Amino acid sequence: MATLELGIGEEVAVTPVRRTRRLGPLFWAAIAWMTFVFVAAALANLLPLLSPTDMDMLERRASMSAQHWLGTDGLGRDELTRLIYGARISLIVGLCAPVIGITIGGALGMLAGYFRGRFETLVVGSMDVLLAFPPLILALAVTAYLGQSILNLTCILGVLGIPAFMRVARAATLTLARREFVIAAQALGATHTRILLRELLPNVFLPLFAFFLLGVAVTIVAEGALSFLGLGVPPPVSSWGSMIGEGRESLEIAPRLAFLPAITMFLTVLSFNLVGDALRALTDPRQGAL
Amino acid sequence: MLGFVARRLLYLVPVLIAVSLLTFLIASLLPGDLAYVILGDQATPEKVEALRHDMGLDQPVWWRYISWLGHVLQGDFGRSFRTGQTVLQAVAERLPVSIELMLLAEIIGLAIGVPLAIACAVRSGSVFDRFMTGTAFGMLSVPAFLSAILLIYLFAVELRWLPATGYVPFREDPTGNLRFLVLPALTLAVAEWPGIMRVLRSDMIATLQEDYIALAKAKGLKASRILFVHALKPSSLTLVTITGINIGRLIGGALIVETIFALPGIGRLLVGAIYTRDLIILQGVVLLVAAGFVLMNFVVDMLYAVLDPRIRHGHA
Repeated sequence: MATLELGIGEEVAVTPVRRTRRLGPLFWAAIAWMTFVFVAAALANLLPLLSPTDMDMLERRASMSAQHWLGTDGLGRDELTRLIYGARISLIVGLCAPVIGITIGGALGMLAGYFRGRFETLVVGSMDVLLAFPPLILALAVTAYLGQSILNLTCILGVLGIPAFMRVARAATLTLARREFVIAAQALGATHTRILLRELLPNVFLPLFAFFLLGVAVTIVAEGALSFLGLGVPPPVSSWGSMIGEGRESLEIAPRLAFLPAITMFLTVLSFNLVGDALRALTDPRQGAL
Repeated sequence: MLGFVARRLLYLVPVLIAVSLLTFLIASLLPGDLAYVILGDQATPEKVEALRHDMGLDQPVWWRYISWLGHVLQGDFGRSFRTGQTVLQAVAERLPVSIELMLLAEIIGLAIGVPLAIACAVRSGSVFDRFMTGTAFGMLSVPAFLSAILLIYLFAVELRWLPATGYVPFREDPTGNLRFLVLPALTLAVAEWPGIMRVLRSDMIATLQEDYIALAKAKGLKASRILFVHALKPSSLTLVTITGINIGRLIGGALIVETIFALPGIGRLLVGAIYTRDLIILQGVVLLVAAGFVLMNFVVDMLYAVLDPRIRHGHA
């Protein structure tokens, strides 16, 4: 019997623990697209682009040409330039808003999951209040009162993300706080601050970061929806959402004007979703969890 | 069960109070004086002062909140200073449109999502399953306003089968009403089915590995009976839980879809109130929608407890 058990044990040990979780070509294609959009947006000022706001009334809805690679929009503005400048808005709002969410939500979630008790009840309760509002409705109402600007938009979408980040951080902290290494640290007399920052944070960070990427995708969509309704970034600044909204007017004559920003936005959102999901799957111990 | 319902109901009270407080604070603390909005920029300071006094805007914030809440609890949400309509009238007029839209969307979403989920779960890991899971994942990245544009282009501009915008009430012209609602509902359903499919599929795969399913197979029951009668109900628990989240997304989606397709629903009322700075309507509608959303989530919780006895006995 003993040999048999040993045999099985060895066999298990020989089979590597490597699971079929390699990052496929799709993952790298997503990374490539994200890099491309990011670089184009960052270098928009340095690239030899036409102005995103200069109108050319003689060249309205011009098709693709050497001068206008992707043609011009309903006011004769260069479509490619506006797409690239639009990427700036989407990325600035899309990246900054979840930073607010991950910082405040992450901190609240970790504190709630570590200290428990009344503080946890208070945090979870107040998040329930925030979650009681359908997110887009709250975003619309607040932009209506505060006024439309990139800063306001980022802040509102950031605050709306706090409950979700709080839940992820709290759930991760709850399970981790009971693990041996935390108990060991407590036994060694480590302070709460040290346990939270040195023991828990490095472990909570990865699931939070995977969720951050999904948050970026959601925020880009939300910003797009608000701009599409004309309640996002004020004109003449171009944003993918407002470009799709403007393109809708000329769907019969030039469907390209709605579809170009739409495809760009779809690919970007899809990329963030793909990368976020791949990272989440890596950090999720349950195999094949959706 | 009764104790469980009572506990959940009691929890609703502070949440609803906080929701009303937050709605009120957003409306009153942020810049933009209501009196100026009503009278316009040309108003003399005396006139503005007089109106502020009439409306009670010169009272302290906490007092205004208490008196507003008092009116709300008596069913008085105020009236629009633009149309003279009360908030409740405006909402009652538009609510049926939104509800019809969301119901249709949910029905289409379930009609696509549930069969696909079952088909994928039965052949999990097959080419079909992987293709559909991939498609669903891709569809999750398509925002409502994007699929709306695509559907309008396809069915209204190119094929000319359906109208792009407009609305007739169901009572006046049932087929016309449905024709106007197909595209908006389809738009919302495009965003709904991937979530339904993903959740149901993974739960279904787990259920199909249970012993009682093997027993049902051994008894020689028909595959369709096993899938729909034995496996569907225990697999739909997570689906019911996420319904609450779905409703929230559906309300947000309905807001965009109603604006695009010019449907006179709650979402359009809200967007219109924002454009015209009709703050009373805005405040009333936001409160009603949020309160309705909280109550719907409560109902979902209850439904969940009915489906799964472990929840109501407090050891889930």
